[in-house]
Amino acid sequence: MKLFRNRYIAELAAKNAVVHVFLMIVTVSCLFPIFWMVRSSLMTNATIFTDQSLFPKEVHWQNYLEAWTKGNFAVYCLNSIIYTVSVVFGIVVVASMAAFAFSRLHFWGRDVIFYMFVAAMMIPLPGSFVPLFVMMNKMHLINTRLGYILCMINVGLSLSILLLKTFFDKMPSDLEDAARIDGCNRLQIWWHVALPLARPALAVVVIYNSLNVWNEYILASLLLNDKDLMPLQKGLMVFNGAYLTDYPVLMAGLTMTALPIIVVYLMMQKHIVKGLSSGAIVG
Amino acid sequence: MDTRALAIKLKPLDAFKNFLFVLPAVLIFLIFYIYPFFELFRLSLYQWQGIGPQIFVGLQNFQELAGDKVWWDSVGHAGYITLIALTFQNVLAFALALACDREIRMKRFYRVVFFIPPVLSEVVVGLLWNWILNSGTQNGQQIGLLNHFLVQSGLPQLVHGWLSDPKTALSCIAIVHSWKGFGWGFIMLLAGLQTIDRQLYEAAKVDGAGGWSAFWNVTIPMMMPVIMVVVILTVLGSMQVFVLILSLVNQGLVYHTEVPVTRILSSMHETHQFGYACAQAVILGAILVAVAFFLKKMSSYMKQV
Repeated sequence: MKLFRNRYIAELAAKNAVVHVFLMIVTVSCLFPIFWMVRSSLMTNATIFTDQSLFPKEVHWQNYLEAWTKGNFAVYCLNSIIYTVSVVFGIVVVASMAAFAFSRLHFWGRDVIFYMFVAAMMIPLPGSFVPLFVMMNKMHLINTRLGYILCMINVGLSLSILLLKTFFDKMPSDLEDAARIDGCNRLQIWWHVALPLARPALAVVVIYNSLNVWNEYILASLLLNDKDLMPLQKGLMVFNGAYLTDYPVLMAGLTMTALPIIVVYLMMQKHIVKGLSSGAIVG
Repeated sequence: MDTRALAIKLKPLDAFKNFLFVLPAVLIFLIFYIYPFFELFRLSLYQWQGIGPQIFVGLQNFQELAGDKVWWDSVGHAGYITLIALTFQNVLAFALALACDREIRMKRFYRVVFFIPPVLSEVVVGLLWNWILNSGTQNGQQIGLLNHFLVQSGLPQLVHGWLSDPKTALSCIAIVHSWKGFGWGFIMLLAGLQTIDRQLYEAAKVDGAGGWSAFWNVTIPMMMPVIMVVVILTVLGSMQVFVLILSLVNQGLVYHTEVPVTRILSSMHETHQFGYACAQAVILGAILVAVAFFLKKMSSYMKQV
């Protein structure tokens, strides 16, 4: 009996070992390119192709300084922060007001309008940037921060409304009723009661949209040609075109772009996975 | 019932005040989504250079597109990338999800790690892998990490122009795309696996169904809805891939790595045929809608079987 049990455990351990090896191989293939990127950003152009050690002997922080100043990353980084903050702020205000109304308030055509937003997420519209570009050109919003911000608010709007409305629908309305009896108007209820209660859903909206704006490339590349207005993603492409062979500095730029996202992800990974997978399911 | 009772009592002024809450969202949506949506269809019937007069040409753009070999080749390229993503990427994702669904140590660690590539931007992933797959040399040294590694490990005959050779470029793009994307499928499939009732497996065991048999008769049928969602998302995502290609193959776009969206962009920016670009977008959208619709139909058919 004991022998039998030992054999069973040994077999299970062997099976698990195979599974672990498989998982480890994939883990290494996920992490190694990123590790190599960070490592190479600390080397010089002279050593990057000759020094094979995992950790550079001499840490060369200069590349970051060079990317920051000569590579214009100070400007790109600031722009990315400006766009991310203003788009996310805009989405939170506009989407939470709309979601609150779709869930709690009554007006004619409410459901039709709501399903319009939902439908917009379901229909793939691959080339819509062509007429969007034409329109922005007509409105003189090309090469303006405002134009890009408004476009990006629109990109995140539908999913955010859906996420928040689903949350409001499940939320008991007792507190809001109490506030109404106390004489709060709609706007006050939205601001003082609904928004604070919706914090978990708002966290998902904020993080999902922050990632989305920070990583966005296509609209930025179409709408922003001025180097002073470009966000990081577009800046990286411009930089790559200009310093094609300067790999350490390029890797420093990539690291600067990727690291904030990785850090935010590691801190908030539960919210992110929730937001991204709910976005995937409706998209 | 409740809603209707309230709606009858609703005063016009109240209704208007309530509507003001959705007004900002509706305005942004009308201007930045609905208007471009209809403009896309309208412009596809015109010949227009971006400036100057718009000439109505009916379906001429579509006729021209039907015989445009570069366009259909680009659709084929995207189809090839999609095929690799559907097989290689999704099978990998499913295998990993199955592995992490077991009672195994460091489950959480794996789950966190596999989702790192999907949170990176396409530009970062593209430029990073562009360097890894680079086939240039500098002072007699291989620039690209992969080729460098091949030389170091005594396999110089395998050194290859991974991205410059038309035969391997597209496969490399598909593999990098899969590297970036498999974490998605993994997370969704794992979430699906965790909803399967463990008692079903117990029941299968009692009925004498071992590992494989339980997998085919319990796991796969129970997972079909999730698998279908992952398949549809993979198709939609892979057919529209292009930022990754722009950053991965940065020596200007070459014919053998063209995909539909890069064609649309070049119709717009290089040849200034805005009407033609819109026609291309309409056709690509139609293809995607048709494929998604077909897959949805297929999955509901399979549910009935």
